[in-house]
Amino acid sequence: MLELDELSVTYRLESSDVPAVRGVSLELAAGEALGLAGESGSGKSSVALALLRLLPRSAVVGGRVMLDGEDVLAMKWGRLRAVRWSSASIVFQGAQHGLNPVQRIGDQIAEPLLVHRQASGADASKRVRELLAQVGLPAWRARSYPHELSGGQRQRVMIAMALACEPQLIIADEPTTALDLMVQAQVLTLIRKLIADHGISLLMISHDLSVLADVCDRLAVMYAGRLVEVGPSSGEFRHPYSQALAAAFPTVGDPASRLAPRGLAGDPPDPQQLPGGCAFHPRCPVALESCATSDVQLRASGADRTAACVLVGE
Amino acid sequence: MLEATELHVEFSGRGGRRARAVDGVNLSVGAGEIVALVGESGCGKTTLARTLLGLERPTSGRISYDGTPLSYSGRALRAFRREVQLVLQDPMGSLNPRHTVYEAVAEGPRIHGLPDEEAVVADALARAGLRPPERFFQRFPHELSGGQRQRVVIAGALALDPKVLIADEPVASLDASVRGEILSLLLRLRDDLGLSALVVTHDLGLAWNIADRVAVMYLGRIVESGPTGDVLKNPQHPYTQALLSVLPESPNRIVLTGEPPDPTRIPAGCRFHPRCQLVAAGEGKPECSTQPLQILPAGTAAQVACYLATT
Repeated sequence: MLELDELSVTYRLESSDVPAVRGVSLELAAGEALGLAGESGSGKSSVALALLRLLPRSAVVGGRVMLDGEDVLAMKWGRLRAVRWSSASIVFQGAQHGLNPVQRIGDQIAEPLLVHRQASGADASKRVRELLAQVGLPAWRARSYPHELSGGQRQRVMIAMALACEPQLIIADEPTTALDLMVQAQVLTLIRKLIADHGISLLMISHDLSVLADVCDRLAVMYAGRLVEVGPSSGEFRHPYSQALAAAFPTVGDPASRLAPRGLAGDPPDPQQLPGGCAFHPRCPVALESCATSDVQLRASGADRTAACVLVGE
Repeated sequence: MLEATELHVEFSGRGGRRARAVDGVNLSVGAGEIVALVGESGCGKTTLARTLLGLERPTSGRISYDGTPLSYSGRALRAFRREVQLVLQDPMGSLNPRHTVYEAVAEGPRIHGLPDEEAVVADALARAGLRPPERFFQRFPHELSGGQRQRVVIAGALALDPKVLIADEPVASLDASVRGEILSLLLRLRDDLGLSALVVTHDLGLAWNIADRVAVMYLGRIVESGPTGDVLKNPQHPYTQALLSVLPESPNRIVLTGEPPDPTRIPAGCRFHPRCQLVAAGEGKPECSTQPLQILPAGTAAQVACYLATT
């Protein structure tokens, strides 16, 4: 379905080049849900944008992105425009910015149908009603403006837009960030149901591992532009960074985290000044002397799991 | 130490309707205690925090500090604000981008005319974990990481040597790996300086991480409160049970339908009954929709405002 081969993204700034994504290879099978986790500056959102070539001009993209056997990076503009809605669509974070504030939401959902499907007005409004029902909104909401909706309802509208042209792949970038706990649970339940009902593949991106583990079959963890671990969401993490990220969101009721918040010293690195060796070594609680000089590629670590750490595997 | 009694705060809303943001709250924060005030957006938790800081005036009820009711005259309020300090979320928004770290932390001590400004600033930065402090004096916010900026905001509060910190979502805008360090700092300040804290958050994991006591707020009222272990491991209110059930690790989810309701239209009876999963399952009592509940007192033991709770 989707295959990334050594994907790289470098932002060309006036003063220097900033390597945001440094060689990411991933596969997503049809009907699979894959979670991509990382903190700010890890390059996870650059990966999402690169998949549909939505990056600004200053970004240089390398490697290959194969979507259903076609190379997205080599597509002509016309083909790319068609692919963007009908093969793969994207749901952004911050639903308040993704919608046009002065257009009724029914018209916004209908737009891709009119443009890409050459649907008639009547067919488009029928499909809008269907889509609103699928995301749990009443049909009369088609006449509302975005400001009349709550954050959770706006996120539902964004999902309805992404579903409009029946894509095989949905890329969701922080779809529940900034939503309340209960509303987040409602949106996650909706996403789970939609991908199961329609057999859609999902690439979900978030800083919150627990949200990803909730929806996705497999998890990939990014740090400083690279994958540090990929594996099934049910198993234990092996890379010290993934472990720290998981511990940052404690399990309520777990005596080990009671009055004992856990995190890492220091901050995620600036992509312009990456540390040598393993990029994680300055913050790593179990780093060896060699980690400061020698970098490690992803290596096998148990069944179906890879991790980029000298202490893992073999 | 800091206490709200029968507190009501109303605002005039759209169309002249009154929004009862805080609608009868008793809450206390004891010396050296960390209390988490948990709720969803719109439940009134931020208004309650601002009123506890003396930034909003209650419509009725009162705030008292060390047993003395808060007076809203300029002088008394100024003295109070030295003792009870606010730590804001989003350090990028609350720090002036054109002020150095030194200027940001020195602002409070200058307003209050404290002597030995430089020593006060250095001490506050060191206690917030920015060491050696002199290295940070001339830095600007944009030169710092998110975690460091949050520490500067905390140092600004510590510079006045307060007794109570009120922190509104102190780690919500921070990277996951950085939040543990900031939460550890709050725990250390309590242990080393005996500081009390009220932490306003929607994050139950954070409450589990650092709070001695939890108060759960729904639509202007505290619906359940008590020691963290009791409230989070053995919740009695259906709303608390639902909030805990949607955490990722929880096996049986209770996803409430609808959005948190509107403080201009608080339902009659128990304010939670239109969304209550027990009422929806036919287990409700007549009084759930007709009889207003008593306001919970400001005790420290586990307590719940619900007709259906068994304890």
